[in-house]
Amino acid sequence: MKIGSPKDFWGGIIFAVIGLMFAIIARGFAIGGNVLLAGYTMGTPARMGPGFFPFWLGVILLVLGAVISTAALRSAPGAEGSRLERFHWKELFFVLGSICLFGILLKPIGMLLAGMLLIVGASFGSVTFHFRKSLLLGLFLVTFCALVFVMGLKLPIPLCPDIDALQSFGLCRA
Amino acid sequence: MELLQHLGTGFEIAFTWHNILYCLVGCLLGTLIGVLPGIGPVATIAMLLPATFVLHPVSALIMLAGIYYGAQYGGSTTAILVNLPGEVSSVVTCLDGYQMARRGMAGKALGISALGSFFAGTVATILIAGFAPPLAELALKFGPSDYFSLMVLGLIAAVVLAHGSLLKAIAMIILGLLCGLIGTDVNSGVARYSFNLPELIDGINIGTVAMGVFGFSEIIRNLEQGEAREVFTKSIKGLLPNWSDIKQSAPAVVRGTILGSALGILPGGGPILGAFSAYTLEKKLSKDPSRFGKGAIEGVAAPESANNAAAQTSFIPLLTLGIPCTPTMALMIGAMIIHGIQPGPQIMTSRPDLFWGMIASMWIGNLLLVVLNLPLIGIWVKLLTVKYDYLFPAILIFCCVGVYSINNAPFDVLLAALFGFIGYVFIKFSMEPAPLLLGFVLGPMMEENLRRALLLSRGDPSVFFTRPISLTLLIIAALLLVIVMAPSIAKKREEVFVEG
Repeated sequence: MKIGSPKDFWGGIIFAVIGLMFAIIARGFAIGGNVLLAGYTMGTPARMGPGFFPFWLGVILLVLGAVISTAALRSAPGAEGSRLERFHWKELFFVLGSICLFGILLKPIGMLLAGMLLIVGASFGSVTFHFRKSLLLGLFLVTFCALVFVMGLKLPIPLCPDIDALQSFGLCRA
Repeated sequence: MELLQHLGTGFEIAFTWHNILYCLVGCLLGTLIGVLPGIGPVATIAMLLPATFVLHPVSALIMLAGIYYGAQYGGSTTAILVNLPGEVSSVVTCLDGYQMARRGMAGKALGISALGSFFAGTVATILIAGFAPPLAELALKFGPSDYFSLMVLGLIAAVVLAHGSLLKAIAMIILGLLCGLIGTDVNSGVARYSFNLPELIDGINIGTVAMGVFGFSEIIRNLEQGEAREVFTKSIKGLLPNWSDIKQSAPAVVRGTILGSALGILPGGGPILGAFSAYTLEKKLSKDPSRFGKGAIEGVAAPESANNAAAQTSFIPLLTLGIPCTPTMALMIGAMIIHGIQPGPQIMTSRPDLFWGMIASMWIGNLLLVVLNLPLIGIWVKLLTVKYDYLFPAILIFCCVGVYSINNAPFDVLLAALFGFIGYVFIKFSMEPAPLLLGFVLGPMMEENLRRALLLSRGDPSVFFTRPISLTLLIIAALLLVIVMAPSIAKKREEVFVEG
């Protein structure tokens, strides 16, 4: 069977799955007598437990997702903008990967180095990437951030690698 | 007369040298990011939240507000000169603004949009000062059930006025509400959806979500699309419109201001809708509609006044009810909470300095923007020639440093990357991220008010239909839904957005 609007169909499925997960976690999960997931107390409408609101929201999302998907199955195929768009994994990988790297390495190696990695790494995601230019840009931006955010606004961001010898160095402390 | 007295106090606060300075900084930053396509006020305000820790709360909010309406001014520059909306709300300005620039009237288009915006800003400031106090007084009578219904109305209105599929937008709101519930439940102390991660126990900060969904995913999308720009830099002279231009555009400015102000107050309305409607109205009223799209000066004046008016009146629900109507306002709530201010109707009485100071600063900000922007236009134009290859790493590192600094938590950076991925997936499935952010802020508030309402009524849901305020709000919400579902209107609604 041909799906009328694949974009809406899969979008609806995503919503339905997320809704189901939220609802299950709120409700808890048990097979036979074994409680696999405790869930949150549901309570009564008058005395709502922590599970009540998220459970019903999850159910609503599940239903909405199902409705969106069913409607997409029935809609006329070939409408403009109904096809699935291509994911650009390369851009996605370099940009988000560098951000994650920055998050993981910020405390151990400090903002100066982690920032350089972030900028050079993310620049790989651009088609018109230029290694030397991104290195220079990185140096400029890292210095700028250090001056404005750490020296100027006194935000407690670690600048240098987390090594005792370096931490006693004056420039590494704001 | 009381109004004048209040405004007097406001100006006293706003006219101190450091508040003028922060207002100026906010306006300049706002114009900057408004001019640059690919970064908007939401990501910028999220980025700067931690930087305002050191400031006095009034100065901080004055600066953040300046970013928001400054962006409306900046966005038009890009729209006129590059045919790219620097800001989403200036999409409509591209239509006639760019055509004016191609015909050598770039200066005139820039001039009229700045002057129109200033007029709109002035009117909107007066409107806020006049309308906010009675509204806040009314809001004090609101019970939990009324608040719940109001939020339902707000969310429904946000969906109705957004473009794209209604169901998808509602689903995005629900998803936002659910994400907002992550973290410790205040009533029972249970850590919900935290997966035993200590970092999630306090919930997710709105800045993290905003930066991921609006900052990171936008960057990836821009990178995959590549860029091609044609900037009109040569023909910018004669910024001041002459008498016949003014005569031609003055009615458009006035109509745009009225329409924009009205739509800005509506939940979910905001500048985008104001600009669209003002443009459509001018086209309908014009004796010769064929001029539109070919460089009609009204086609610039009306939407520019409307988006600026709407940007300012959207502060009304925030300041009087504590309810955000746009993602930017959701972030302003985040900023208030960071500074220990509980948003809501009591702000006006408990923090008159904040309330009136902010309002007065908006007018000063608008004045600064006109005085600064026209002479500085050359600098903004130069900025437009900066390549995205230089721009996006800068946005990235500021965002990362910003996310980290909100809680000094490296984990938040990873979380923002996750939301960046989610945002990118949503873009690919043509789902608007804005309703998600609104739901995210309203999630805990809605649950709390639902709980209280049902606790007071001993579990009887009819409380939402017996209280007059609540009933009225729910009826309006239902009407809105019915109207939009009606086939004839649904078709019209598509047309309005296609025309843009």
